[in-house]
Amino acid sequence: MSKIPAGGPSLTRRQVLIGALFAGGSLLVGGLGPATLARGAEDFAAFGPFLRFAPDGTVTVVSKHSEMGQGAQSGLAAIVAEELDADWSRVRVEMAPANLELYRHTVIRRLQITGGSSSISNSWDQLRRVGASARAMFVTAAAREWQAPAGEIQVAEGVVSHPGTGRQATFGSLLSAASRESPPVDPALKTVEEFKLIGTERVHRLDARAKSTGGQTFTLDVQELGLLTALVAHSPRFGGRVKSFDATDAKAISGVVDVFEIPTGVAVVADNFYAASKGRDALVVDWDDSGSEMRSSEEIHEEHRAIGAGDLPGGWVVFAASGDVDPEIDNGIEFKRYEFDFPYLAHTTMEPMNCVAQVDGTKVRLRYGAQSQTADQQGIAAIVGCPPEEVEIETLHCGGSFGRRSVADADYQKECVHIAKHIGGGQAVKLVWTREDDMKAGYYRPIVHHALAIAVDEHGYPALWRQRLVAAPLMAGTRASPEPVVEIQTVEGVQDNPYLKATQRVRAEVAYTRSPITVNWLRSVGHTHTAMAMEHSIDRLARAADIDPAAYRQELYRRADAKRHLGVLALAIEKSAWAEPIEEGWARGIAVHESYNSVVANVAEVQIKNGIPIVRRVVVVSDCGIAISPDQIRAQMEGGVNYGLSLALFGEVVIEKGIVQTTNFHNYRVLRMAETPLVETHVVPSANPPTGTGEPGTPVIAPAVANALLALTGKATERLPFVRV
Amino acid sequence: MKHTLRVNGLDLTVEADPSTPLLWVLRDSLGLTGTKYGCGMAQCGACTVHGDGQPIRACVIPLSAAAQMKITTIEGLGGSHPLQDAFVRHNVPQCGYCQSGQIMTAAALLAKNPDPDDAQLVAAMNGNICRCGTYQRIKAAIKDAAQVINADKCEEA
Repeated sequence: MSKIPAGGPSLTRRQVLIGALFAGGSLLVGGLGPATLARGAEDFAAFGPFLRFAPDGTVTVVSKHSEMGQGAQSGLAAIVAEELDADWSRVRVEMAPANLELYRHTVIRRLQITGGSSSISNSWDQLRRVGASARAMFVTAAAREWQAPAGEIQVAEGVVSHPGTGRQATFGSLLSAASRESPPVDPALKTVEEFKLIGTERVHRLDARAKSTGGQTFTLDVQELGLLTALVAHSPRFGGRVKSFDATDAKAISGVVDVFEIPTGVAVVADNFYAASKGRDALVVDWDDSGSEMRSSEEIHEEHRAIGAGDLPGGWVVFAASGDVDPEIDNGIEFKRYEFDFPYLAHTTMEPMNCVAQVDGTKVRLRYGAQSQTADQQGIAAIVGCPPEEVEIETLHCGGSFGRRSVADADYQKECVHIAKHIGGGQAVKLVWTREDDMKAGYYRPIVHHALAIAVDEHGYPALWRQRLVAAPLMAGTRASPEPVVEIQTVEGVQDNPYLKATQRVRAEVAYTRSPITVNWLRSVGHTHTAMAMEHSIDRLARAADIDPAAYRQELYRRADAKRHLGVLALAIEKSAWAEPIEEGWARGIAVHESYNSVVANVAEVQIKNGIPIVRRVVVVSDCGIAISPDQIRAQMEGGVNYGLSLALFGEVVIEKGIVQTTNFHNYRVLRMAETPLVETHVVPSANPPTGTGEPGTPVIAPAVANALLALTGKATERLPFVRV
Repeated sequence: MKHTLRVNGLDLTVEADPSTPLLWVLRDSLGLTGTKYGCGMAQCGACTVHGDGQPIRACVIPLSAAAQMKITTIEGLGGSHPLQDAFVRHNVPQCGYCQSGQIMTAAALLAKNPDPDDAQLVAAMNGNICRCGTYQRIKAAIKDAAQVINADKCEEA
């Protein structure tokens, strides 16, 4: 299993030449030896499964969470380093193997998973204890060796010292003694005031260098002697199956090793990508569309609108209710009616989905950018017939995920395992999806329709709030029972919204639709649509009542006792100069939304040029508890605004007669540098435990822009994206 | 078919179909994986390398054409190019997958125009997509690197 270095800066001629040997790719070596087994728990005995020391004093923090770009791994390392009083410049981070017993999520306890913006928050207590416990072991060991009271031993920057006698030692030199100490049952944690690293600008990304030199290994970069590359011909329509195929021409392509059917299509396996690609082009497949989705996305939108309007039946489930809301009694009340249509959205990670797998009998090993390791193990185990915990997963850095890599079906991972199982012998096979494969493969943010009917009191504030959501459920196909239930991922952001709390009579309900088109969570999940539905409706209500939108929100937050919303809003008003006039042709729009236990405000400065909204500046305020790495919070707010703005301006997967039309960046437009606003982030000072940061920055920008457009033109936004071709 | 390719100052012989895109020659034949695949149709810039000093999209340049050029990849930039140092200082990368292409496009820009204004910088970089949305930091890091390069030049002078 020799792995070729990813080609760092000091690439030698010899390395390049070794690499050149792969051109033919005819050398087949395989087999799953014991060397591939994940590190056993016994190696962690001394300091637990999250922390390792090298004799030279290097500290390695083992991350149970995947690095997908969100920067969590560096933050996790900083938490340990803080309580340990390590020298931050000597701290490294490495990804844990898939192991539920050692690395389970402390809230979602049945999984090892990275999601819901919870890496930092669910690890906060756990990793502080890891660091504090190891620190205590070094202190006890030093006290014993130096025969000094433990209370007089100090630790700073990776050096243990006894000021009284002037003795000092590094972690490295005390390692052997410290590892013989028993970890304390309840290690003393620092107070927030004692933090030296957390909350400072010193907490930088530990992977910035590798990612600036081409040295970071992503799944696509896995290379070894004999590695095979597989491409798969998928049904052009969702739900389609292979009827028959002719592989004659595909097999005639030089470098193509095998062509065979798998559950998701026809696999073409070759020595290298280009051969696999040409092989797939030459393949002829006849598809069975008897179970396919044949509709266009526009027809699916119409279905959602018709259900929302009551013209088609919907299995309505109430998810928020207070007071007496009876449609009969409501007759005669004047409602303000707001509707929203949200399109299918694709995650479009920079690195399309891919996976490396080896199968030898019931032994299976995978290397890929895993996000939900132990859920993936379940589906993979069923294919090879081994216990789930024996599915070996080495998690590599993901070239972005935004939720795509945690599909409960483990779709592309299972596809790769089916191919590797067919090849057999422990032969490593790399499944590569092209951009087109990735764009057409579904697991989109579903089409969603919101219909609101709001009656206001004599001051213009909501007195009766009715809201209907129509959407495909995110867990469709994985849920055993089709019973109507309230799926939190669909209604979050409405169900828990302070505006409903501030309204006396409320009735909110959801109806689900079904289609073979696969859907899934996408960065900030339900909030991708609920933030827009709530925050744009509120602005419309405020303007109808002739009340400043910020003041209107303040009144409702006061009624709902939403203190964090009030704090965030106040800071946003101040930092954006909300009360000051803005140049002719420009307008500010404000939006505030809570997700993943963080409250985020955006104030966007917008103009319209050639019919397209131009966003020049966004003031972001976030209350996300204590800031571990202020710089990485800023980075996530910048990235969140850009991601959300990209979707709001351009994001829409278009399907015609069942076939995806938006297949690459030329027709699925994404934000580029020219459309990128200046983003100024302000974090509310807090000593509370940390809350989410990867997702909460995403959903607020769409309503902020829509509200600015409303201020500019008086015209409401009823459909996203803003720019439609 | 054998081709001789000049990559990062080395003359290398590869055996591949002349229509093979340079990207896959670099990755699959030469093991130079710093150059990434993103779209395969010159839309995203993740595969940007230099051909005779110009930024080119390796995913659409066939081997037969690439063999006529001097190719530089991210690995050939040296690892501590002022741009690479600036990207680290500004904590630019998030997922990091597009960063090789971003840095190669920026390096070609600064080689031609050591002091780009905002409009020139954006015009040069607009073909490179970053889905994590690190654009603000990319911009800041390029400006910072430009200053470092220009300061070094002044010292040399």
